[in-house]
Amino acid sequence: MKSKIQSSKFKVPSSETAVVDSIKGQRTKDKGQLTIALAGNPNAGKTTLFNALTGMRQKVANYSGVTVERKEGFWRLNGDKNAARLIDLPGLYSLDATSLDEQIARDVLLGKVDDLPKPDALVAVVDATNLERNLYLVTQLLEFKIPVVIALTMVDTAEKQSLEIDTKKLSELLKIPVVGVKATQKQGINELAEKVLQSATTEATPNFVWLSDADFADNTSEEDIHLSLSDDKAANKKIFARYNFISDVYQEAVKPKNTLERSISEKIDGVLTHKFFGLIILIGILLLVFQTIFSWANLPMDLLDKGFGALGNFVRLELPEGILTDLLVDGIIAGVGGVVVFLPQILLLFLFLSILEDTGYMARAAFLLDKLMSRVGLHGKAFLPLLSSFACAIPGIMATRTIENPKDRLATIMIAPFMSCSARLPVYTVMIAAFFAGQTVFGFISLGAVLMLAMYALGILVAVIVAFILKRTLLKSPTPPFVMELPPYRLPNFRNVFQNMFLRAGLFLKRAGTIIVAISIILWALTYFPRPLDEKIQTSSADSQQNTAVIEESAIENEKASEQIKNSYAGKLGHFIEPVIQPLGFDWKIGVGLVASFGAREVVISTLSIIYSVGKDTDDSETLTEAFRNAKRDDGSAEWTPLTALTLMVFFVLAMQCMSTVAVVRRETNSWSWALFMVGYMTILAYFAAFLTYQGGRLLGFG
Amino acid sequence: MNLTNLPIGATAKVVAVKGNNAISKRLMEMGVVPGVSVRVIKSAPFGDPLEIRVRGYHLAMRKNEADAIEVNEI
Repeated sequence: MKSKIQSSKFKVPSSETAVVDSIKGQRTKDKGQLTIALAGNPNAGKTTLFNALTGMRQKVANYSGVTVERKEGFWRLNGDKNAARLIDLPGLYSLDATSLDEQIARDVLLGKVDDLPKPDALVAVVDATNLERNLYLVTQLLEFKIPVVIALTMVDTAEKQSLEIDTKKLSELLKIPVVGVKATQKQGINELAEKVLQSATTEATPNFVWLSDADFADNTSEEDIHLSLSDDKAANKKIFARYNFISDVYQEAVKPKNTLERSISEKIDGVLTHKFFGLIILIGILLLVFQTIFSWANLPMDLLDKGFGALGNFVRLELPEGILTDLLVDGIIAGVGGVVVFLPQILLLFLFLSILEDTGYMARAAFLLDKLMSRVGLHGKAFLPLLSSFACAIPGIMATRTIENPKDRLATIMIAPFMSCSARLPVYTVMIAAFFAGQTVFGFISLGAVLMLAMYALGILVAVIVAFILKRTLLKSPTPPFVMELPPYRLPNFRNVFQNMFLRAGLFLKRAGTIIVAISIILWALTYFPRPLDEKIQTSSADSQQNTAVIEESAIENEKASEQIKNSYAGKLGHFIEPVIQPLGFDWKIGVGLVASFGAREVVISTLSIIYSVGKDTDDSETLTEAFRNAKRDDGSAEWTPLTALTLMVFFVLAMQCMSTVAVVRRETNSWSWALFMVGYMTILAYFAAFLTYQGGRLLGFG
Repeated sequence: MNLTNLPIGATAKVVAVKGNNAISKRLMEMGVVPGVSVRVIKSAPFGDPLEIRVRGYHLAMRKNEADAIEVNEI
């Protein structure tokens, strides 16, 4: 077996694929750079170990063609100058390629991923408190004939549970090195590096006893990526054989604890997944998350808002008047500011999501809600992607890859954008601040909070209805399996939590920094050009002057600006769609905002800021909300009523206004038709819901 | 006897995992193989899914999946 491995690297290759492999292998050898892959079950402490091994020297990308996250870093093995490439595989229970994650992991191990050489060694992260099931993956890893070193995590927790693990014995039985690590305290890291270096360079192949040669050949052939039903009997036999081997190993190497004793996790679960209190606590946690986002985030948001305002004023004072200054202040600074200001909310939301995931509560939420989800035809696992979609549909849609059934996954993707994402928050908060601030229901509940909750509820309700319909029509399929681990409760690792939080916020900012600023500039240009002939404005001003006795200079400026935007390209576009959106109570200005926000929802606020700041004196520090309240139509009636604001909010709950989401859906479903179907049906739904809101509201005497 | 028929808190030995499909395969991968002992911990608020303890960890599954697991109560 040893010679087999060596030959694939050094022998003159016979087939074409082998040529590529050999060249890759050669190049790796020349540089002396090793490639190590990190594999392990979800919740085994893999992320913590990865962080400890690589420090902050890591990058996150996607595997080409799919959205499975590809995390890579450099690991200074033995303080070597030439650090090894460390590939963090997705969390896995098995390598049978039934899910996309498993398929990708398998491709990495087989060296079939572009620009990634076949790993020289594997680090298998094994949770000591859950040894048997964790070892299942190890047996599969060993079948790939790549040297494996076990990093045994949670050893101290195992000791507390009076589980005695004989690591030496374990190593002997598995014929691979086993190193106990405490990643947070960097314990065992050096020993792990030493063993990995040794294994990777000596290329000792472990031989295993649980499968016959025939079974093994069948297992590693590159053909059986998709196991068909007829193969399942053989597959089950192999699973059984692996677990039999593991049971023997376990009995020899571990002195088990008294299993009848309730663990701390079971005691916590006695409350958190209690039939009654569990649900109450779940609702309480969700409410707490939203409440804190809105109260905690206010201070930094105000500061950012004021900061960008001051920056704009400063730039305008310092620079000479002209197109460039206008572009800088009204286009770039206003556009970036309008996005960055919502960063505190996004950070907080991701902070909560990361903590919920890290502590193990997310799985409980799925457990509690599965019956409800399955009634709609969805998997309890769909809960997590959908909850993530409250922050942003993009990671949410990416998280659906944990759902194995493709139709189920597609249904979840299709409804994920109905969850009110952080990009809608600017719309909700500005509308509420402008028209519903300070009002209360029953004298003590803020109307703003109620409306906010109602918007979230509306999104969820529509999502449920759509999922129900989709699962009975286009995506009809039998209810898929729900087999999910409930990991033990753990204190969150704050380094992981914060890292994840900043990573996600960074991805959002990247998006904001590119798409949104670009759109802001385009929009600024749309409102800025064509420049009107001075005469035309003067004539119109002169007309006004004749009609009115005294007009202040600022009013003339205002009218100039208002003429300007009416004649701009944006104004024309807004006017063009005005007949369509008039039944929703929207005028052409909102029309401009809607057109602009089909790129990204949050753009509507920066667009409206530009439109309204163009139309007002720039020295006046009137805020956007005041601008909305004070805006008058030509006939003197208010442009915005509370009903208009509510209608706009309803539209934004349901409309598909995010190019990035469309792009992700296209990639995840591998079809433009699903992505376009999503845009189409959501826009139609949004239009009708907004129509009902506005016309219904008017019938009831509002607005 | 199926796992579903077990009362909450009962311990049993798995006799067989029926069916040759994605469900039986996933259950076995997660360690529910013939010979292993399982304990029913609880059911979720709406009666489904079930939570069991197997090989020292906790696993949730729907009742129709638990139906595939044939057990002998201990």
